[in-house]
Amino acid sequence: MVPLNFYLMLGAILFSIGAVGVFTQRNALIIYMCIELMLNAVNLTFIAFSRFVNNMDGHVFVFMIMTVAAAEAAVGLAIIISVFRNKATVNVDDINLSKG
Amino acid sequence: MELLMFFIFGVGAVAFALLMVTNKKPVNAAMCLIGVMFCLAGLYVLLNAHLIAALQLIVYAGAVMVLFLFVIMLLNVEEKEGRLAVNILVVQSVAAVVVGLVFLTVVNLPKTDASFFAGMGIPDFGTTKAIGKMLFTEYLLPFEIASILLLAAIVGAVILAKRRIDDAE
Amino acid sequence: MEQVLSTISLRAICPEIIVAAFGLGILLMQSAKSRWMKDYFGYVSLIGVLAAIVMVVKGPASFDMKAVEYSFNNMWVVDNYARFFKVIFLLGTGLTILISMKYLSDESMMHGEYFALVLFATLGMMVMASGAELITIFLGIELMSLSLYALAGFTRTRLASNEAALKYFLLGSFATGFLLYGIALIYGSTGTTDINAISKFIHTASLQQSPMIIIGMGLLVVGFGFKTAAAPFHMWTPDVYEGAPAPITAFMSAGPKAAAFAAFARVFLEALPTLQTEWTAVIWVMAALTMSIGNIIALVQTNIKRMLAYSSIAHAGYVLVAFLAAGELGVSSIMYYMLAYTFMNLGAFAIITVMAGKGEERVHIDDYKGLGYKYPFAGVAMSLFLFSLAGIPPTGGFMGKFYIFQAAINEGYIGLAIIGVLNSVVSVYYYLRVTVAMYFQSPSSTTQGSDAPALVFSPALLLAIVVAAYGVLSLGLFPAKYVALVKQSSLLLQ
Repeated sequence: MVPLNFYLMLGAILFSIGAVGVFTQRNALIIYMCIELMLNAVNLTFIAFSRFVNNMDGHVFVFMIMTVAAAEAAVGLAIIISVFRNKATVNVDDINLSKG
Repeated sequence: MELLMFFIFGVGAVAFALLMVTNKKPVNAAMCLIGVMFCLAGLYVLLNAHLIAALQLIVYAGAVMVLFLFVIMLLNVEEKEGRLAVNILVVQSVAAVVVGLVFLTVVNLPKTDASFFAGMGIPDFGTTKAIGKMLFTEYLLPFEIASILLLAAIVGAVILAKRRIDDAE
Repeated sequence: MEQVLSTISLRAICPEIIVAAFGLGILLMQSAKSRWMKDYFGYVSLIGVLAAIVMVVKGPASFDMKAVEYSFNNMWVVDNYARFFKVIFLLGTGLTILISMKYLSDESMMHGEYFALVLFATLGMMVMASGAELITIFLGIELMSLSLYALAGFTRTRLASNEAALKYFLLGSFATGFLLYGIALIYGSTGTTDINAISKFIHTASLQQSPMIIIGMGLLVVGFGFKTAAAPFHMWTPDVYEGAPAPITAFMSAGPKAAAFAAFARVFLEALPTLQTEWTAVIWVMAALTMSIGNIIALVQTNIKRMLAYSSIAHAGYVLVAFLAAGELGVSSIMYYMLAYTFMNLGAFAIITVMAGKGEERVHIDDYKGLGYKYPFAGVAMSLFLFSLAGIPPTGGFMGKFYIFQAAINEGYIGLAIIGVLNSVVSVYYYLRVTVAMYFQSPSSTTQGSDAPALVFSPALLLAIVVAAYGVLSLGLFPAKYVALVKQSSLLLQ
């Protein structure tokens, strides 16, 4: 049996990769993909914990996270389209995301 | 055997993830993300989460990523050459914090061992039936809230992305 | 696994059902496509909000009894704390709707979806206030945030609005990732996401020192920090507030902020009270940073929306001071302050919306020169709201700050109280700058010449301003009855 630690470590690594990607990428689409990666890492953590504490609340939570992620993707992509329509770019440097 | 599968999927997921964040082309990045999702689905099966594994493939890798690809094609964005990171310091500090976090989590693992949760193995752990039952009994209210959430998302997405909002007639 | 039937109690979610039903009803009205209905969207949603307020106030179990009612398998709790916050959200929503109607017809953006999304966002906030499970709270946060992302970008032809939506969306979902990771770690160490069960488990298993729970708590602080716009997680606020349509900026600065604080306080004070020593240090620094950054950067702003964005960051800092004081006094001063803040901020934004005019062109402080003589009513009202924001007596803002600092000093956070008071003094400068422009400077010919369109106050807007002014004044002049109310609504802490 694979120890819980391995799953947690994998989840943490994926989460970190996603978080770093959010800061290094300049393309709004890829930034959003990085955020999806972070959510996936969270899902993995939930499922692993769920298995090891032996209750299925974690599964329901992941189910909800997936629902939310799908909904967020729809809204987010619509926002990206509306930006693109006015500015013809998805590069966040042109959009000045980190000002302030 | 299980360990071997874990390593195959785990290493695969990390490799795809790394490829994704270093990629500059949205299409390639999307493909890598689909790879990550497949690997994670494999891990979910190892963890007895059969329904979640199926949903991972159908909803995430299927629906969400197709939406991504569709938008990428629609916008037909040409890649901008040049640097990835603007602010190296920010990136480094974020990376440092997060990696530190990883090790903290890993080194100090749960003080409570599994036996603390004196639950016997649930026979239908992770099956559609079990999750369905939970969704419609214990988690009824969150389930209903999620339905409103989806509606709000649809309305929001339509109002933002529609080319022209018709004014009556 | 035995089958658990959900303890369904429709009475407990009655206000939420009303809000949701009106949201759906407006979508149906919109799809009917008849032109004459267009003018009534706002009024219909207003009726919904008022009905929901009545249901919240007159709901089951009387307010005086401090009854705490759990339903839906402990997913949902109705207590005075939740009810009080719901009234704040609904008041904020009602005022926003009043402000929005004229704005939308000016921009020819009168679409039912706008009101439906506002109502859905309100529903999300109400869920956040009443959630007794992390999963319910999470879904509430997301329902609110998703609606707000769309609303921030609602004026689709304005680039600033699109960019605001994008920035809000990316940073908001980034924060969601942290929040969820925090929840996952807490779930992993306690085996539950039920707030009361978490608290019990941590207590009995004495997990206070477990690093996993502490990391989980830290991640929750990050997530909630983003949602409440507390430094150092505030960087999205100025651009989003500046770019979003003016009524939506007003909406975002009041309700969602109160909702984030409601959920923040419930999770930390009910689920993680045993970790208080751990989070005190973090939040102390956050509060001090938030107040100082907000006020200092606001000093140099020339755009009034942006200035109020920084001011709203600063106000989040004051609320964090109250949060730190915890206890009954702390929690009730959070509620008092959020109520006062809702009135004063929405009032100020009502006038900003009128001033901005079509296309939101006049949002600079210079545009306000001479306003006080040209439009005495607007001038007086704006001054009142700004005085209240600055915390000058006899306004609600002053009493709110007074209670917060009193709570902080009672709990021994004297250093923080001093920082807070110094910050309030600094803030007087930039609020008064607008008043000075209104009364003591003559309009420059370039910004407000004779060709400047006259301001039109629609009845709805006037009503919004009057209600807000009444709220600000009565909170400032007759605080006793409100104080009694918030004392009754405080969380029942073990």
